[in-house]
Amino acid sequence: MAHVNYFLTEEQQMIVDLARQIAVEKIIPVRAQLDENEEFPWDIMKDMAQADLFGLYIPEEYGGFAKGCFENCLALEQLAYGCIAVTTTFAASALGGYPILLFGSDEQKARYLPDIAAGKRLVAFGLTEANAGSDAAGIQTTAVEDGDHWVLNGTKQWITSGGEAEIYTIVAMTNKNKGARGATSFIVEKGDPGFSFGKKERKMGLNASSTRELVFNECRIPKDRILGRKGQGFIMAMRTLDIARPGIGAIAVGLAQAALDEAVKYARQRIQFGQPIISFQALQHMLADMATKIEASRALVYSIARTIDEGTKDTAKISAMAKLFATDMAMQVTTDAVQILGGYGYMKSYPVEKMMRDAKILQIYEGTNQILRNVIGQALNKEYAKK
Amino acid sequence: MNIVVCIKQVPDAKTVRFDTEKGTLVREGVEAVINPFDFHALEAGFQLKDTYGGEITVLSMGPPQAENALKEALSLGADKGILLSDRAFAGADTLATTYTLAKAIEKLGPVDLVLCGKQAIDGDTAQVGPGLAVRLGIPYVTCVNALSVLDDGKTMHLRRINEDGYDMLELEMPALLTVLASLNTPRLPSLKGKMRARKAEIPVWDARELGAKPGMIGLEGSATQVVSTSVPTFEARREMLEGSSEEQVEALVSRFKEAGIL
Amino acid sequence: MLKVDIEKCTGCGECEESCTFEAIFVEDEVAVVDQDACTLCGICVDGCPEGALEIQGEQGLLATDLSSWKGIWVVAECRSGVLAPVTLELLAKSGELAGKLDTEVTAVLMGHEIESRAQELIFYGADRVLVVDHPELATFTDEVYGNILADLAKKENPEIILAGATAMGRSYIPRVATILETGLTADCTGLDIRAEDRTLLQTRPAFGGNLLATIVCPGHRPQMATVRPHVMRANAPDPDRKGEVIRILPGEDLLSHRVQVLESVKEQAEGPNLSEADVIVTAGRGFEQEKNVELAKELADLLGGTVGATRAAVDAGWLSGRTQIGQTGVTVSPKLYVACGVSGAIQHIVGMQGSEIIVSINKDAEAPIFDVTTYGLVGDVKEILPLLIRRIQKERGS
Repeated sequence: MAHVNYFLTEEQQMIVDLARQIAVEKIIPVRAQLDENEEFPWDIMKDMAQADLFGLYIPEEYGGFAKGCFENCLALEQLAYGCIAVTTTFAASALGGYPILLFGSDEQKARYLPDIAAGKRLVAFGLTEANAGSDAAGIQTTAVEDGDHWVLNGTKQWITSGGEAEIYTIVAMTNKNKGARGATSFIVEKGDPGFSFGKKERKMGLNASSTRELVFNECRIPKDRILGRKGQGFIMAMRTLDIARPGIGAIAVGLAQAALDEAVKYARQRIQFGQPIISFQALQHMLADMATKIEASRALVYSIARTIDEGTKDTAKISAMAKLFATDMAMQVTTDAVQILGGYGYMKSYPVEKMMRDAKILQIYEGTNQILRNVIGQALNKEYAKK
Repeated sequence: MNIVVCIKQVPDAKTVRFDTEKGTLVREGVEAVINPFDFHALEAGFQLKDTYGGEITVLSMGPPQAENALKEALSLGADKGILLSDRAFAGADTLATTYTLAKAIEKLGPVDLVLCGKQAIDGDTAQVGPGLAVRLGIPYVTCVNALSVLDDGKTMHLRRINEDGYDMLELEMPALLTVLASLNTPRLPSLKGKMRARKAEIPVWDARELGAKPGMIGLEGSATQVVSTSVPTFEARREMLEGSSEEQVEALVSRFKEAGIL
Repeated sequence: MLKVDIEKCTGCGECEESCTFEAIFVEDEVAVVDQDACTLCGICVDGCPEGALEIQGEQGLLATDLSSWKGIWVVAECRSGVLAPVTLELLAKSGELAGKLDTEVTAVLMGHEIESRAQELIFYGADRVLVVDHPELATFTDEVYGNILADLAKKENPEIILAGATAMGRSYIPRVATILETGLTADCTGLDIRAEDRTLLQTRPAFGGNLLATIVCPGHRPQMATVRPHVMRANAPDPDRKGEVIRILPGEDLLSHRVQVLESVKEQAEGPNLSEADVIVTAGRGFEQEKNVELAKELADLLGGTVGATRAAVDAGWLSGRTQIGQTGVTVSPKLYVACGVSGAIQHIVGMQGSEIIVSINKDAEAPIFDVTTYGLVGDVKEILPLLIRRIQKERGS
């Protein structure tokens, strides 16, 4: 049976194969246990590092592979086929690393990127606060110049890999009066004086990822930790998210594919009324819709990621589309997968229960799907104003 | 440390089907993979190289397609791979195989350590390792599940598993080991390794290249011969016991009584 | 090379049907050989009704007269002063084969302070025992054991040498075969004699027991095989049996070895070892937690068996790696195999499908383990095992 041809190069296929191998051999066998114990997957992070995956998007001069958003999506999709909590930790490292890559000085790149590429140090991205979720301009963490240092005060909330990562790229206000234009990005390292972590959050799903507060209490960091210039923080965060969002779409595709595989496998085996339940049309139609939506999402995510890699400017709208469509799809497909497995689907001993719990976060993090609709809507308004 | 790892390409157990009527393997749709035990031999080599430096050469005797197995070994971190392939090698049993491998290793020059998996999962014979060591005139230890190298860089301590427990053994390299799966956890390939493997040229050594005597290789060099194969049928004997857990247990106990187990 | 005589070939397709390697097929009504795929196994040659196939370049034949090789040898294995069960099984089988060949059975007993075992070997079927008793043989080394056996075989020219496919046998018997430059068939489960040419027919499983291959060693002697423990049946000892015991002093040159045994450690295994156990209770992922594995141990104790593990149970750290059954673990064929919470991945099934009775307990009625099962119970092992244990205790009146 034919599959859609996405015309991957030999190298891209290698990335797919490698990530799939990690998912099948390293992630799937332990995912239920990691979820149950809310355990951070350090062993798998080491496997990914050994496989060179952390260096995908990093330039060759820093020990990476100089690949783009598309290759990153290919890897994320396959890893997510195994477990999206593990994949989120991996993706968060890219989210934290991109600001250094895009806006860091040569000195900063040389200092941080080789370790990030080699997977020796994990990175995290700190934007969200209690009062600054969808409204990123509501950031209250402040950074004040003091001689050769910056002094940070405030608390970041729900930071993926908080406490586990060693490098943090965060956004703080250097000028509260300027609103979003008063935001600036900084690099903070684990161990900086005055930098500590809140307790690990307990979550509905995504349990193998670590989510914590970052607490800055008179945290002093050297002057040269500023990323770019004062006032660029918000722009940097948006640029970073524009590149990262198709990756979340790819995670959604991988997760949904895993749920579909479980659902079809089960429907072919489960006998009711003397026949496998896949022979019932009601089920066939559900599965058909699931499969079609997954393929549509994949095609969308891939083509948008490739568009970004062409160096296209102003990708906010299309990046948002890639995340929005695919993650809504994943929520629906995982829910349907649970439905198809019926009572078994609701039990923890079958994997679709976790998949459905995990799927929900995809509609929330890295921009809720409502905010993304705003982004798309505003972009449409702008576009049509010019016509 | 100069290390040679011998690997074999085998049919993937997950894809193999058997034809009960013909008594043969169904080759269609079968994927060829590196013998599972050989991954552990490779990993043992990589770990030694990580500590002591040196070079890892991977050898495989097989059809031209066995090149893929060698490329996979390169993607995991082997330095070079050599394919021993020649129509004249066909039909080789252990005797002919060990001769051929020994010729190749002798051609490679001085070697400190030869590593093999405990056995291949297709043949399950576990004979090539010991036989090869005898051909090379070096000591060997089978079923190794722990190893260390002493400070002199030449002496090894090994743990060999047997039915009652294990033996701790000491030997001096050069030597040959066959390893168990419990020795280590094989690593994954790396992207760098895969890229390198894709471009790598795998030299193919044939009988002439090895200087192998015609009477010693392939069918002519073999002492044993397969005269027939069959697929054992496990008679359809499945009985699913029915009822509640208590009823199923009751039914099982009465079957146990019939079979004289109780 | 496999040659087709196109004059004789009728294109009937028998060869294509029989080829395991898809190396021969019929095209335009005549058989065509893919020489690259062909492994010269010879199965099509034997199966061709027209005699149209021939392998050119036959196996190298031994110069010496095959008839100068006589007698069946059984290599006795003595661990901690006790004869391994497989040795006794081999003595019984050898007696049967020796009847067909009209020859005698010789046991070779190596070790230190083991001479008292020689009589026992005679009671179990040996006509003659070669005893090599030497302090250097107190611990097993491949080199010394292998050198002595090869040296004896060179002097006495036995027709057949059989040994147990134990850790020891599988380790040093290949050494002997290579020194003698003869064939060795490992892990046999069946042995017979083809009367017309006194050939030993050696049947062995391959592909984890999914394929049985019968192998011969036509031009070389001795014909050597290692045989799996537990597949053949030992005779009851006959204390009236008489035989000859011959003491042999090994030459000094045979006693040097490059592998030193620092220590031999016995691990307190629970119950008999896996490959020789009559009953195995295997714990799989379905136990969910380590503490539940006790249930498997309890049942095993009750049935006089031992506990095995799946890969998942070993990976979870519940049971040691040496108890792992399957492709990368041990292959077993007990009389009773109880698979508890085992889903039945192919890698596990190949290691246990030869068991006589297989009982499977799994909560998933569709689990592949049930395909090879004799008696299947659907349910949670944590619920069923305690019931079964209590029921058996009741049966035993305890």
